[in-house]
Amino acid sequence: MRHFLSTETATHDELTSLLDDADAFVEVLQRPIPKVPALRGKTVATLFFEASTRTKMSFEKAARALSADTMSFAPGTSSLKKGESLKDTVLTIQAMGVDLMVVRHEATGAPWRVAEWAVVPVVNAGDGAHQHPTQALLDCLTLRQHFGSLEGLRIGIVGDIRHSRVARSDIHAFAILGAEVTLIAPPTLQPLDVTGWPVAMTSSLDESLTELDAVYVLRVQAERGGASVFPSFAEYRQRFGMTAARLAVMKPDAVVLHPGPMVRGIEIDADVADSPRTLVLRQVANGVAVRMAVLFQLLGGDRHE
Amino acid sequence: MNREEDEYVPQHFLISAGSVFAAQGPIAADVRIRNGVIAEVGAGLDPGGADVIDAAGCWVGPGLVDLHVHLREPGEEHKEDVASGSAAAAAGGFTAIVAMPNTQPPIDSGHLARFVAERGRQAGRCEVIPAGCISEGRGGVRLAHLDELWAAGVRVFTDDGDTVADAGLLRRAMEYIAQLGGVVAQHAIDPGLAGAGFMHEGIVSSRLGMQGIPAEAEEVIVARDLSLVRLTGSRYHVQHLSSAGAIELVRAAKDAGLPVTAEVTPHHLMFDHEVVATTDSVYKMMPPLRTADDVAALRAALRDGTIDAVATDHAPHAAHEKDVPFEHAANGVTGLEWAVAAVLTTTDLDMATLFDRMSVRPAHIAGIGDRHGLRVTSGAPANLVVIDPTTETVPTTTLSQSTNSPYLGERLRGAVRFTMLDGRPTHGVAATHGAVAP
Repeated sequence: MRHFLSTETATHDELTSLLDDADAFVEVLQRPIPKVPALRGKTVATLFFEASTRTKMSFEKAARALSADTMSFAPGTSSLKKGESLKDTVLTIQAMGVDLMVVRHEATGAPWRVAEWAVVPVVNAGDGAHQHPTQALLDCLTLRQHFGSLEGLRIGIVGDIRHSRVARSDIHAFAILGAEVTLIAPPTLQPLDVTGWPVAMTSSLDESLTELDAVYVLRVQAERGGASVFPSFAEYRQRFGMTAARLAVMKPDAVVLHPGPMVRGIEIDADVADSPRTLVLRQVANGVAVRMAVLFQLLGGDRHE
Repeated sequence: MNREEDEYVPQHFLISAGSVFAAQGPIAADVRIRNGVIAEVGAGLDPGGADVIDAAGCWVGPGLVDLHVHLREPGEEHKEDVASGSAAAAAGGFTAIVAMPNTQPPIDSGHLARFVAERGRQAGRCEVIPAGCISEGRGGVRLAHLDELWAAGVRVFTDDGDTVADAGLLRRAMEYIAQLGGVVAQHAIDPGLAGAGFMHEGIVSSRLGMQGIPAEAEEVIVARDLSLVRLTGSRYHVQHLSSAGAIELVRAAKDAGLPVTAEVTPHHLMFDHEVVATTDSVYKMMPPLRTADDVAALRAALRDGTIDAVATDHAPHAAHEKDVPFEHAANGVTGLEWAVAAVLTTTDLDMATLFDRMSVRPAHIAGIGDRHGLRVTSGAPANLVVIDPTTETVPTTTLSQSTNSPYLGERLRGAVRFTMLDGRPTHGVAATHGAVAP
């Protein structure tokens, strides 16, 4: 792997190798001193052109746990405000001396442009509504820890699929690892054309629930656009909200995942969010481990240290 | 045109042994040009001291006419200016180009239109005909200075780059422009349906998670505008037609006898939305590249004449305006120099049809049929082009100031060998100071 940009083109072996390394880093993170010297002397730059807290912190924690140095870029206080182009910003930061760039950008494809301009490896930390591949890795790791394997799992992804880079990343990663994916959304939040996607699609959560091993609840993205995409939050919760009643009809070992941040009372009720069958905090913890695996593999860290 | 002000040196040329788009149809003939006009058309003409252009295996016809070019002057000369844009046009075989009015400031009054035409005369590479705005400042609210524009030579009125969305305003514009004798040209994309879309709405946009623009955004505007054509009787021209659905609307309107014409760009004939999967901003333009079915329908409609004209929508942008993520990139591609090649490569038009769609009909739409788009006959102004329809090339350079062309690096069939404006070579031979132009 030269860059890590998308799950769409990933292979079963690549994903499995990253998850296996992540398993090892989960163990590292549980040590009294949760740190290894694998990337000592390397510098990881996080370039978050779109606001983010958790993903940026997670990447920085991952880099430091591998003993890499980190540099970060925040658009609010940067030269972008003075009219500098993205390309000049990237080349300027590269010239300071970095070994890898983690890029989040509101525009689809931006990390691919950065990968063309830069000579160092690039990790996509989210581009538009397109891809967020490390999120998919941490979701896969969480499901693999719980079920042992994704092979044959039935996973329902519920909510704003149309505008979700998490969904676009998860769909491919889940399918590559052998799961069956169903997309569950109101018509205005379904993707417009899923020809060629390894998914089934429905607009009824209740009809799907009993068959699912995992429900992946997406956040209602109130900040996107402002266009009216469903009648009201109350009606959304009524049809697509993950309520205690819905959790109760699922298989006994079925679980709930959410990429965060959760909007309690809309897409997920508080008692579901706090249920032990909801793996949100495990996902967050796994996020650090999978990002360590990605940084480790891209920077050719020494496996024996 | 104040041609007498130019430093015009009469010359004597013989375009020999070409296949000539003559009055009676394609014939094998020589064409003699003297003093800016076609002096003689016939087989085996005596060179008699003329500069001879060997046109063996080539098509000789009226210089091409482009209804849709962005020259960026005044206001955005870092992208292009009238001189560089018209040089690229001459290299593409054009002798007349219609300059879109979405400059800074927009061409919404007489003195601005005169400025653009004058810059064209100074450059001397082709006749530059300014199009004028429909609305003042392209604001979509008040009518532009239509009488002034008309007096300055404007015949094509458009707010291109934006749609005239207000049906009431468009109706009044149609009534007024119909009385003048001009044509209302529409950039037909419904702003509500387009939203903040960047590409065609379909399988590729869904995969990329990119906001799309459905083909229906074009259809609803064309359908509405055709109702207004029925109401007003105005001539109406659909710019850069992109969808199979809108083609059917135009076809039905023509069958009903409405005064409707349409253009297609070479890039909509050549590419479909699958190329956008790369998120390479060279493929970003308005309207967006649509499906392979739309491309097939556009090619068929150009062949059967439902689409009247090929128009490049040559839209130069500086490198820093394109070397950004797709969604942030400026809309548009350049294409003047490779329009003929793109059309031949994608549609395989015969000579008569090619000259009809790229010269005769666009000249009539633009209101310049008295001097452009004429069959090659003695006494006609010597606005001519020599096209080699078989040579394959891979373009690597451009005369435009900008390089945002999807044709660079593409294998194309067909090349422009020679262009002549009023008897003066503008491309191919002795264009300036006796030098051989590229």
